[in-house]
Amino acid sequence: MRAGTPTRRAGAGRTASHTERWGGYGLLTVLAAAVVVPFLNVFLASMQPSGKPVTGMSWPQRWSLDNYREAWSVAGFSELMRSSLVIAVGVVPATLVLAALAGYALGTMRLPGGDGVAALFVAGLTIPVELVVVPLYFDLRGIGLTDSYLGVILVEIALFLPFGVFWMRTHFRAAPASLVEAARIDGASSLTILFRVLLPLARPPLMTLGVLVFMWSWNQFLLVLVLVQDATKRTAPAGLGFFVGQNNTDVPMLAAGTVLVMLPITLLYLIFQRSFVAGLLQGAFKG
Amino acid sequence: MTARGRTRGGRRLRGYLFVLPALAVYLAFAVLPALHTAYLSLFDWDGVTLGSWAGLDNYRRVFTDPALRGSVVNALVLVVFFALLPILAGLLLTALLARHRRPGMAGYRLLFMLPQVVPLVAVGVTWRWLYGEDGLVNEALDAVGLGGFTRAWLGDFDWALIAVGLVGTWVLSGLCMMLFLSGVHKVDPQLYEAARLDGAGPVREFVSVTLPQLRGELAVALTVTTVAALASFDIVYVTTGGGPGEETTVPGLLIYRLAFSAGKVGLASALGVVLSLLILVIVYLVNRLSRTPS
Repeated sequence: MRAGTPTRRAGAGRTASHTERWGGYGLLTVLAAAVVVPFLNVFLASMQPSGKPVTGMSWPQRWSLDNYREAWSVAGFSELMRSSLVIAVGVVPATLVLAALAGYALGTMRLPGGDGVAALFVAGLTIPVELVVVPLYFDLRGIGLTDSYLGVILVEIALFLPFGVFWMRTHFRAAPASLVEAARIDGASSLTILFRVLLPLARPPLMTLGVLVFMWSWNQFLLVLVLVQDATKRTAPAGLGFFVGQNNTDVPMLAAGTVLVMLPITLLYLIFQRSFVAGLLQGAFKG
Repeated sequence: MTARGRTRGGRRLRGYLFVLPALAVYLAFAVLPALHTAYLSLFDWDGVTLGSWAGLDNYRRVFTDPALRGSVVNALVLVVFFALLPILAGLLLTALLARHRRPGMAGYRLLFMLPQVVPLVAVGVTWRWLYGEDGLVNEALDAVGLGGFTRAWLGDFDWALIAVGLVGTWVLSGLCMMLFLSGVHKVDPQLYEAARLDGAGPVREFVSVTLPQLRGELAVALTVTTVAALASFDIVYVTTGGGPGEETTVPGLLIYRLAFSAGKVGLASALGVVLSLLILVIVYLVNRLSRTPS
């Protein structure tokens, strides 16, 4: 892959040799195909006549959205997706507010024992759902929070907060201290400083946190599988997981359902690509 | 303490009002349940009747029972596919492409990171069909004359775990590639100039300039992918459900089954604690190593 003539290096380099340049694009395109083919395969399966068993790629004889209609109304994907949306809409704003408040105090004030509290949140960064899900089922059942959106929402907030607090704290810490000092000398209260000075500057990290939390909530599976047994309150991934287990499921319909479940988060990803990419490349993760 | 000191201390404590709401939710719905799991792991409990004290018996069984130990071993095998292969693929791509910025890279990046964004359950369903007896994988093998290799991949005792692992490779490779490529573009070009002046070839240059500069990105990639492998559940649940036999069970799957179908809540909890400690140790080691200069 190395060109014989001296070429300039990373960043500065613009004069790629012909082979190197097109070889690079060739490689990228092969990889892109590897990403696209599975998605294309589900999409084409969703266009097959209802009841057809799964086969490799085959072009549909006739394009129709019948399977989507079937999945949406008969199989109940509309309700599944509504549940997912209700939960995500409950989780995202609450996580943002709580994370911003805590991140602000832990990042800009010298709280006694503040470092310990920050460390407690950091310790939660790697908590897998597997560690908490068993007692949560028994404890929440005891207080009537299983089979309820509220139960799932509260647990998801708690699971996403370590990252949220850590993320906002990092950004508030990086904010110029002189800005905060100046506002304080002007007599601004802590709340004023947060809302008038810091938050307007923190819009990009807040956006990133928002889309990440939405994604984690939308994609959450194990937690919902355990906490929600009531079929009418299942979320989209949980419903999908349930259908796959049934042997008699109509494959083209289920393929349509799979596409439906992926669609909202994919659209969001396309709209907020900057925020998503920034978050994912800065090491955001949650099982 | 003077009056002034006291008000300042008061103001400082007032800062906790900002932390309290987040701390309360976190403690109540994450920290306490985690501690409760540790507590439950010391009992024999079926989830219904009164439990009985078991001491460390459940932990002994996690390490001696073949099914439980097997699930941990499977998770470690998945690390090869979820962490090692994507990172190697990412490094290889970086070595090949890093030397030039290419127009249109943003589009590729968007595509490569898509598998990371969609629900893993949907990814699992997709691959379940690809791996099916009449699925695309077998069809492709037939087409290139390797028809003898076709099989029901997810039902094959030798291949099921590898097949599941490769789904993870598919999901995480794009992330690793983009992570390293974006990292390498932050490297000071002068470092490469200097290496060239010293007469370093592409391999030397990669080993002595690129790799050390990517230490931070490597740590992030290793952490994310290893946790994804060890705590995997979604993909395994929808592709194989742990089968055939116990070939693809992972701790997450067993925790779910033991606690909610088999009535072995204590044992499930012990496995959860062991899994979490394993994750914690690995994450700690990765971050420790990435900080000390080699």
